[in-house]
Amino acid sequence: MATPVMDKAEAGAPANNSPYITITLRIRRFNPEVSDEAYWEDFTVEVDPKERVLDVLHKIKWELDGTLTFRRSCAHGICGSDAMRINGRNRLACKTLIKDVNPEKPITVEAIKGLTLQKDLVVDMEPFFQAYRDVMPFLVTKGNEPTRERLQSPEDRERFDDTTKCILCAACTSSCPVFWNDGQYFGPAAIVNAHRFIFDSRDEAGEQRLEILNDREGVWRCRTTFNCTEACPRGIEITKAIQEVKRALITRRY
Amino acid sequence: MKIHKYDTVIVGAGGAGMRAAIEATKRSRTAVLTKLYPTRSHTGAAQGGMAAALANVEEDNWEWHTFDTIKGGDYLVDQDAAEILAKEAIDAVLDLEKMGLPFNRTPDGLIDQRRFGGHSRNHGEAPVRRSCYAADRTGHMILQTLYQNCVKEGVEFFNEFYVLDLLLNEVDGVKRTAGVVAYELATGDIHVFQAKSVVFASGGNGKFFKVTSNAHTLTGDGQAAAFRRGLPLEDMEFFQFHPTGIWRMGILLTEGARGEGGILRNKDGERFMEKYAPVMKDLASRDVVSRAIYTEIREGRGCGPEGDHVYLDLTHLPPEQLDAKLPDITEFARTYLGIEPYTDPIPIQPTAHYAMGGIPTNVNAEVLADNTTVVPGLYAAGEVACVSVHGANRLGTNSLLDINVFGRRAGIAAAEYAATNDYVELPEDPAGFVERQVESLRSSEGTERVTEIRKALQETMDKNVMVFRTEQTLKEAVEEIGALRKRYKNVSVQDKGKRFNTDLLEAIELGNLLELAEVTAVSALARKESRGGHYREDYPNRDDVNFMRHTMAYREVADDGTESIRLDYKPVVQTRYQPMERKY
Ligand SMILES: Cc1cc2nc3c(=O)[nH]c(=O)nc-3n(C[C@H](O)[C@H](O)[C@H](O)COP(=O)(O)OP(=O)(O)OC[C@H]3O[C@@H](n4cnc5c(N)ncnc54)[C@H](O)[C@@H]3O)c2cc1C
Ligand code: FES
Repeated sequence: MATPVMDKAEAGAPANNSPYITITLRIRRFNPEVSDEAYWEDFTVEVDPKERVLDVLHKIKWELDGTLTFRRSCAHGICGSDAMRINGRNRLACKTLIKDVNPEKPITVEAIKGLTLQKDLVVDMEPFFQAYRDVMPFLVTKGNEPTRERLQSPEDRERFDDTTKCILCAACTSSCPVFWNDGQYFGPAAIVNAHRFIFDSRDEAGEQRLEILNDREGVWRCRTTFNCTEACPRGIEITKAIQEVKRALITRRY
Repeated sequence: MKIHKYDTVIVGAGGAGMRAAIEATKRSRTAVLTKLYPTRSHTGAAQGGMAAALANVEEDNWEWHTFDTIKGGDYLVDQDAAEILAKEAIDAVLDLEKMGLPFNRTPDGLIDQRRFGGHSRNHGEAPVRRSCYAADRTGHMILQTLYQNCVKEGVEFFNEFYVLDLLLNEVDGVKRTAGVVAYELATGDIHVFQAKSVVFASGGNGKFFKVTSNAHTLTGDGQAAAFRRGLPLEDMEFFQFHPTGIWRMGILLTEGARGEGGILRNKDGERFMEKYAPVMKDLASRDVVSRAIYTEIREGRGCGPEGDHVYLDLTHLPPEQLDAKLPDITEFARTYLGIEPYTDPIPIQPTAHYAMGGIPTNVNAEVLADNTTVVPGLYAAGEVACVSVHGANRLGTNSLLDINVFGRRAGIAAAEYAATNDYVELPEDPAGFVERQVESLRSSEGTERVTEIRKALQETMDKNVMVFRTEQTLKEAVEEIGALRKRYKNVSVQDKGKRFNTDLLEAIELGNLLELAEVTAVSALARKESRGGHYREDYPNRDDVNFMRHTMAYREVADDGTESIRLDYKPVVQTRYQPMERKY
């Protein structure tokens, strides 16, 4: 086993005297306590280009304007709190580095679309979670419980691995043009979570979930625009999952 | 002010809170109050796994697991509790599987298991495969599975409700649980929840450190609320520093990386853990590895221009193995450091990770008002609690286990209590404390800013209360925190509004962190020995004669309003294991 050369990593590591740059974050502000109108506001800040957009939002909130409001918790792409539109694309602020969003120009930041705006970057998540709850997002089994674990082969486990990664951030659903136009559509995230159970070999409610998704507002509304797949911060192949659900509806095999 | 009435109120919807909720909802009218949407809880960040002696891949049993837990905790563990933890682990994992958790599988279709620090076969002979896992997303899968089952059971959630006070009322000379007070983020309204029983499951308090694996929201609100109401906090000086946080950022890289064969190296490429832990090497317990890393750094063998980190080397592992077993952490390295872990070692440093201390409970998750007296109707589970199954140092994979075992116990016990007891009358002016707190912050014209005080707090904690401590550093910390608490009285917020006022809540959270930091530093100053995560350079040895006991810290308020911390001690429960020197 070779010992790697230890200073090779330095190239990629954050530099010590990092060259700070000046950037403009153009944020779409909204506070219904003050005005019914949303407006754009520019903030000019010094940042290390390797910082996250979330770090810059914090810098603004903590040092310039305490009223700037956004959700966040984990700060490393796990909790799904901070999906927002950055330069017109849905991303997690904590997984987006400044250097990757063209800092030479003003970087635009606004709330995700299709859900009611409540304040600055905060939207009402309730309809999103309601759609999720509607697809029976839980394992359903019949008969007696085994005393030990249910067996599942690694291949069967792999079958639905991709859709277990969902963190319910809503980046996909709120990037979907169908969802923007029709808030009743279940949206990609709910379908992803239905997929996660339909293709789980242990589950016995696939038929019921497929019927739910066969609804007028179900999978058939998907126009395969791939926005969702591009938006997913977890790299889930969402369009593929939706296609698999459509196919299962036709063949009734899954 | 709005008043609600529930049999059982659960504060927090992480792993512990939701595990409790699933049980409580079946048995009593239950509300879950959580400051985050349930799936945003930090349980979702856990990576490596959950321990249980399933013996699916090699010989193992719960008795070995009990021993490892006690030894890992440097004998400060309450042994009756550790035994319950290890015994009930097996059902806890099987329950999750039945709820749908997608564990990784063996070729035979069983739950797969892997190695983790401090877990051994036959009392320390060799590492054992005890950690049940789902790639490096075990916490995510636990959180999702529990939320899914809450949906299935129809658990009632109040999302983005911040619990800011605990209501106790004295009846027949005994302080009993009456409910909690919460602040609703969306509206700024204050709600009183009257309840027969309350379960605190509000998570840890790591955010008083700067370099930490903890979320921004882990601010110890539950611990602080209990403490302010006169309840003790146990063993707060014991905080775990995880060896492998991403350099400067603190984002965790699971110990599972070393379980899969990853190696720690210094600037000379040397596998330095061989010197410090000849048997367990890179898989020695966390406090041992974290100290070894800092010793390397101090002795000039750290990496980088400033010699302030070491490397986690995964380059000898096949890319397929990294993709299959460690997909998330390798992605963190790519996203945040621009490093390709297939070919380059990852710069790491210890990161503040886990609070072993917290609200004291017995093995039924009942909260203690002193060494023995239970507070009727009050329960705590998860990182907010101190049972104590982790003692002076928690073993990896034992917390996901703890939240499931004691979360379940708390949910059942709280609901059963509610079924057989009446409501306690609310104290006079129940929302008064929270109303005044919120109003005074909103109207304050003070000159101090939250961000500056928080920064100063985190700096002093990182400098003085980290892996190596001395009388001098701890005194400095106590003094600085005291000064910061004075400045905090003069703090103001910019957002004076009612809707989604996170500016205001950050100020309240900072108040909690300051209070808990002080308890931590004061407790650490008094513990003149080294044990587990608490290492005193001026007292480098464990001292069982004077300090084989839990710290119990109480808040005292004198007649003139001055506050102080009183320390008391509680004996450790020992059943079959005699303290031995801890070697790995
Ligand atoms: C990065 C990382 C990796 C880890 N990996 C592992 C591992 O592999 N194995 C292992 O065993 N352990 C691991 N741990 C430890 C373990 O994940 C945690 O200790 C455990 O998940 C804590 O669970 P909890 O339910 O107590 O708290 P959390 O999951 O933190 O939940 C706290 C809950 O309380 C709520 N809350 C907080 N304050 C309030 C308030 N004022 N009002 C209302 N609600 C409130 C929050 O909304 C949240 O729902 C890891 C920890 C971290 C940080
Ligand atoms: S803050 Fe958790 S995903 Fe960004």
